[in-house]
Amino acid sequence: MHDKISAEDQALLDKFLADNKMFLGPDPEIMRNHGVAPRSEAEEAILSKGFDAHRAHHIRGLVNAALSESFQMVNQMGAAPGAKWGDLVTAIYTANGNLAMIAPHGIITFAACAFYPIRFIIKNWMEDPTVGVKDGDGFIHNDARYGGVHNTDQSMMMPLYYKGELICWLSSTIHEGENGACEPGGLPAAAESKYDEGIKMSPFKVVENFQLKRDLVTFLQNSVRDPKLQLEDMKVKLHAVMRLRERIVAILDQFGREALIGTMRMHLEDTEVEVRRRIRELPDGTTRVLQFMDSSLRENIMQKISVAVTVKGDRMIMDFRGTAPQFLNRSVNTNLASFKAALATGLLQNIWPDLPHTMAVLSPIEVITDRNSIVDAEGEMPQAMSLMPLFKACVAWTIPMAKFNYSLPKKYSAIIASQYDQAATFIYGGLTQHGDVTGNFCGDINGMGQGARSHADGEHSVSPVFGFMADSGEHEINEEDTPIIRLGAQRLAKDRIGFGKYRGGMGYEQIATARGSGLWGFMTGCEGSKFPSAQGLFGGYSCPSYQLMKIKGINIFEELKKDPKIVEVFDIVKLMNERPIKGGKYSSNDMGMTFELCSDGEIYMICQGSGGGYGDVLERDPALVMKDVREDLLSPDLAREIYQVVFDDKTLVVDEEATVQLRAEARRQRLARGKPFDQFCKEWVTPEPPAHLPYLGSWDNPKEIYATTPMGQRVKMPADQIQGVFMPNPKDIAIMQLEGEVESLKAQLAACQGDASRRGNA
Amino acid sequence: MKVLITEYLRINLDTEKWECRRCGHVHGDARDNYKRGLLVYDRDPREIHKPLLDTKMYSRTYSPDPTWCRILEYYCSSCGTLVEAEYLPPGHPPLYDIELDIDALKLQWKDREEVVEEVRGPDLAAEKVKHGRALHAQAHGHDHGHHGHKH
Ligand SMILES: [Zn+2]
Repeated sequence: MHDKISAEDQALLDKFLADNKMFLGPDPEIMRNHGVAPRSEAEEAILSKGFDAHRAHHIRGLVNAALSESFQMVNQMGAAPGAKWGDLVTAIYTANGNLAMIAPHGIITFAACAFYPIRFIIKNWMEDPTVGVKDGDGFIHNDARYGGVHNTDQSMMMPLYYKGELICWLSSTIHEGENGACEPGGLPAAAESKYDEGIKMSPFKVVENFQLKRDLVTFLQNSVRDPKLQLEDMKVKLHAVMRLRERIVAILDQFGREALIGTMRMHLEDTEVEVRRRIRELPDGTTRVLQFMDSSLRENIMQKISVAVTVKGDRMIMDFRGTAPQFLNRSVNTNLASFKAALATGLLQNIWPDLPHTMAVLSPIEVITDRNSIVDAEGEMPQAMSLMPLFKACVAWTIPMAKFNYSLPKKYSAIIASQYDQAATFIYGGLTQHGDVTGNFCGDINGMGQGARSHADGEHSVSPVFGFMADSGEHEINEEDTPIIRLGAQRLAKDRIGFGKYRGGMGYEQIATARGSGLWGFMTGCEGSKFPSAQGLFGGYSCPSYQLMKIKGINIFEELKKDPKIVEVFDIVKLMNERPIKGGKYSSNDMGMTFELCSDGEIYMICQGSGGGYGDVLERDPALVMKDVREDLLSPDLAREIYQVVFDDKTLVVDEEATVQLRAEARRQRLARGKPFDQFCKEWVTPEPPAHLPYLGSWDNPKEIYATTPMGQRVKMPADQIQGVFMPNPKDIAIMQLEGEVESLKAQLAACQGDASRRGNA
Repeated sequence: MKVLITEYLRINLDTEKWECRRCGHVHGDARDNYKRGLLVYDRDPREIHKPLLDTKMYSRTYSPDPTWCRILEYYCSSCGTLVEAEYLPPGHPPLYDIELDIDALKLQWKDREEVVEEVRGPDLAAEKVKHGRALHAQAHGHDHGHHGHKH
């Protein structure tokens, strides 16, 4: 054996391995690098001559207008519900695959990871004689392992050649929903491996000479539950990209290649420079936050995400080490590239909304993770419900950045607590009343409550955590297309509030049933039923826990026919506490539910959530407290107990003086019950997670990772050698528990029978 | 020179101490964890996020599970202001959440003027949403500016 081989041999060996690669899987060299690639020769040649900033500004305006136009095309013509709400993006990339600009109102996250498949195409297909890249080609992709948020999103990517030269790439992405996974709707929480996730498109050519290849389209249609949708939206995306192409070609005709190439590159570099300048303004140091996810959507299990943000000069490092290990057979994992895309989104949405929406925003920021953790999952693991850690990434910035930003003499945006960060919407599937097979999700996902701000309450049901668009869907249209019927209006969820000096914006109730389908069902994919999800800031409280409520075994339509007044008002708390529909099975459940059949008229109820609160509840202006009471957002009892306000029950007039006294007394009580920190820690801190808690992640030391299953087995592993966690089937656990009970009941019965026969013998 | 760090905390660069912004109380060394100068209370989360469903009928009532989640409330030991509310699983070590480089902070503020009240940033996130809604309404020919949530 040779210990060393020469550089020449090594190069030969590398080439041999590259030429004979059996499978062009997700490429770590591409997928682990979120940075803007260095200037290409063309870019260098153009920019080194000096590029006029005014010219760039003008061209940028034209490109933006072109992107806006193509965005609106997809928004208006797209067939997927997501397209109608604006859950889409169009974008332009440099020739070497740097995301340069996205449509001003597009979903940032999509574009922040669509450059990965383009880099894959450049690296693998461009020079491959069996594939190649030429004018008129279009490529499709949905597998998030090659880039993207999750496999419900499909992209159309097209190279733009001008006078024979590849100038840029264009793309259009829609959250399509259905993708042929083991559960309808494209977000299968039940996926136990990547093979349960439905169709897995690595980037491939599906368009030649600007036309869809019908054989491949048919294959894709054959792989999903909604073949009509698959075809229609492929056409829409292709036409939008072609329109965008026309506009960009017009810009090239008028201003020349140098103008466009120079503008795109300058845009990226200017953004990087601005991000570094803003980092330099922050204090040096480290701020931290912990996020806890309490469910795998199959069972309750606590997963920690550890976040430390370090600033040193113009460097910023986001350190996620100490985070929970990945699941081998649960779908709430994410790969690192998708996770970073969500980080970029959160930074733009919550911290620096005025920055250009390009990948250059995250490019200067270093991200450190443990390999095989839940935010850097690899291998065969499923990641169909990556939304769980991705939504956490969107809000990961808010608390630690508020602690960096608060001191600044000039801020770029308001200080804000965390937005609600769960996908609180019904995912559905089955046969429609028209006999079509379908699967998708409802637009209520776009109504998450905003976190409270340092100067005002959060806005109710403001937007999704991953974008600025805000349409929560047209329920009437939904009722025409699907058997889903909404019972009652979107009432704000009273008393379910992130309390504080300023309260979080609230979410609304969603009460759904189905009618007229032979086969219909729902699923929900949310955490936060045991451990609240949206965090408060500077003494503000988090949102509460949320649950999924069901009334099964009844048909509300028949009940209403018998007695139109049987339900006074469709209000979740009233329905559950008063149980007006007799004979129904009322239950309160975890917000994570795998696909379940819903018979006609059975009722499912969830809430969009509240954002976190800001500041001490005792500092809330009593006038704001009473405003919430008058608007029926807050019960009088909670106004008294949480905010310590004294008021007249009938007139709701505040007794200011008595309130001041009550609050002073509340502060005295705090002083009486609080313990000095060091003493408190001695009594409170345990050396490891409590035995009763199925816990994943580090405890006191980020280098040691605990993995505890619901069965109570616990292992501790070094953070740099994380093994994924394999979960037992929750049904097997339930069966085991029931068998145990049966055995013990049998033993009791035998003992009784023994007693009886002895008595009989006596 | 004092630097505001949160709604309730500031750092006095001259004395290198954490101070309460409400009462001026000195919590401790600015190079140390400010929490060490505060009082802490282990709050049952059900006292804040009260059960909204009848606890006799349901175990899940919109309250967090107290065996999974506790709220550590940190109070100023002089005026009793709630400085932080930290949600943790029982027994989890409290987080060292703000660890600043005091020497760098001094350098940074050498040429800055003292700020005594928070300088608010523009409400960009909310503005962007409103703009997005208007655009969407325009594109779809109907008004989505108001959600029409009833309560
Ligand atoms: Zn104080």
